[in-house]
Amino acid sequence: MRAGKVEMSMIARSANTVILRELLAGLWLTLRYLFRPKVTLNYPYEKGILSPRFRGEHALRRYPNGEERCIACKLCEAICPALAITIEAEPRADGLRRTTRYDIDMTKCIYCGFCEESCPVDAIVEGPNFEFATETREELMYDKEKLLANGDRWENEIAQRLMADAPYR
Amino acid sequence: MADLWTAYLWPGAVIVGQIVAILVPLLISVAYLTYAERRVIGAMQLRKGPNVVGPFGLLQPIADGLKLLVKETVIPAGANKVVFVLAPIVTFSLSLVAWAVIPFDAGMVLADINVGVLYLFAISSLGVYGIIMAGWASNSKYPFLGALRSAAQMVSYEISIGFVIITVLLCVGSLNLTKVVEAQRDMWFALPLLPMFVIFFISALAETNRAPFDLPEAEAELVSGYNVEYSSMTFAMFFLGEYANMILMSAMTTILFLGGWLPPLSVAPFTWIPGPVWFALKIAFLLFVFLWVRATFPRYRYDQLMRLGWKVFLPASLAWVVLTAGVLVAFGWLPE
Repeated sequence: MRAGKVEMSMIARSANTVILRELLAGLWLTLRYLFRPKVTLNYPYEKGILSPRFRGEHALRRYPNGEERCIACKLCEAICPALAITIEAEPRADGLRRTTRYDIDMTKCIYCGFCEESCPVDAIVEGPNFEFATETREELMYDKEKLLANGDRWENEIAQRLMADAPYR
Repeated sequence: MADLWTAYLWPGAVIVGQIVAILVPLLISVAYLTYAERRVIGAMQLRKGPNVVGPFGLLQPIADGLKLLVKETVIPAGANKVVFVLAPIVTFSLSLVAWAVIPFDAGMVLADINVGVLYLFAISSLGVYGIIMAGWASNSKYPFLGALRSAAQMVSYEISIGFVIITVLLCVGSLNLTKVVEAQRDMWFALPLLPMFVIFFISALAETNRAPFDLPEAEAELVSGYNVEYSSMTFAMFFLGEYANMILMSAMTTILFLGGWLPPLSVAPFTWIPGPVWFALKIAFLLFVFLWVRATFPRYRYDQLMRLGWKVFLPASLAWVVLTAGVLVAFGWLPE
């Protein structure tokens, strides 16, 4: 009885081979996929959804009155695992301690987000911008001016993202 | 002078005109076949494929062609320069000359020769020389391996193709392609000779080095096989030749099995559509199957490829030749 079963299955298997059953099943599968909706994101025109925690291009933020937030505590410089941040600070004319130099080497940065985590005044943040490719290496050596300009440019988005993420902090 | 004109110049001009009338649409089809391939395979993988250059990406093949045209032709220092440059030219021109005998409609054929089938078979077999020359002249290991594979593969699959053609010829009684089509007026050969049709189509995939038999250019193993060292227009000619060969094999399949320019049924709505349109539609369908197969199946292992050719297709097609011949003789259906 067992031998008979084996023989039947062999006949069935041979028949399936001769009529190319599995190959046709495969073709049928790809044919159905041909008409399915496509998952392609039309990138420059469409963009994916970014998490509020997305770590993109850096920015230095200001208070609503225009005063820069950074107090030159240098925590970000200390924690930066890639040693990408360089800060120099002096008391300003009005006696407040502020940075005279705040550079980030974007070619060294590993986008770990530790600078943002360590900042006590939410000054340095990693914004939602990921489209900051440049044609020269020099353009990726960000200075304080560039970072503050980024902050002004992205302030709305950054504020929204910080608000959205606050409950989980 | 008038003799010279009527006897030589005018017929020559007519032939040149006919050649242009065949080649220009053919090369445009080749260009758009590459586009269709990327779109169809993209769609089957849930992607969109090229859709940015021009409306629906329709100008993509032109952009690609232009890019290849303006690039530099790099000839490796160790290469045999003459053969290296000759190889793509051979591949490309061989894929074009075969079209001389393809009938697009009753009487619409450049060279209505009596051995059309043999001519086609010979030209499609010669195609391997371009690849062998490229592999040898490149003086590099991957192209050489690709060329060796290609040679072995072509030899293996040509035999079964030959037997399939013999089967069809037994049913037709002529080597003329127009007669082959006319013999299918009542019924396309794809129906009574269905297994042969399938074997022929699969062998055509192997003959044109298409997936799942694309071992000569297997990018996973041989990076790109015989055309690794090629760049610019020399590469473009291989590419065009390969795709022109696909169209040629589809045309051959159409003529041998799908009734060439004949409509599926000789009744009113079908007969309104002219023959060349039917011919083009059938070729387009077969080309779609070429792309469809590429999107579906993984590449064969080399020994499996050889096994399929020699241990499955060869006996099967040989048996079918004997069977067909026996049936034709037994029932007295042999054509005069």
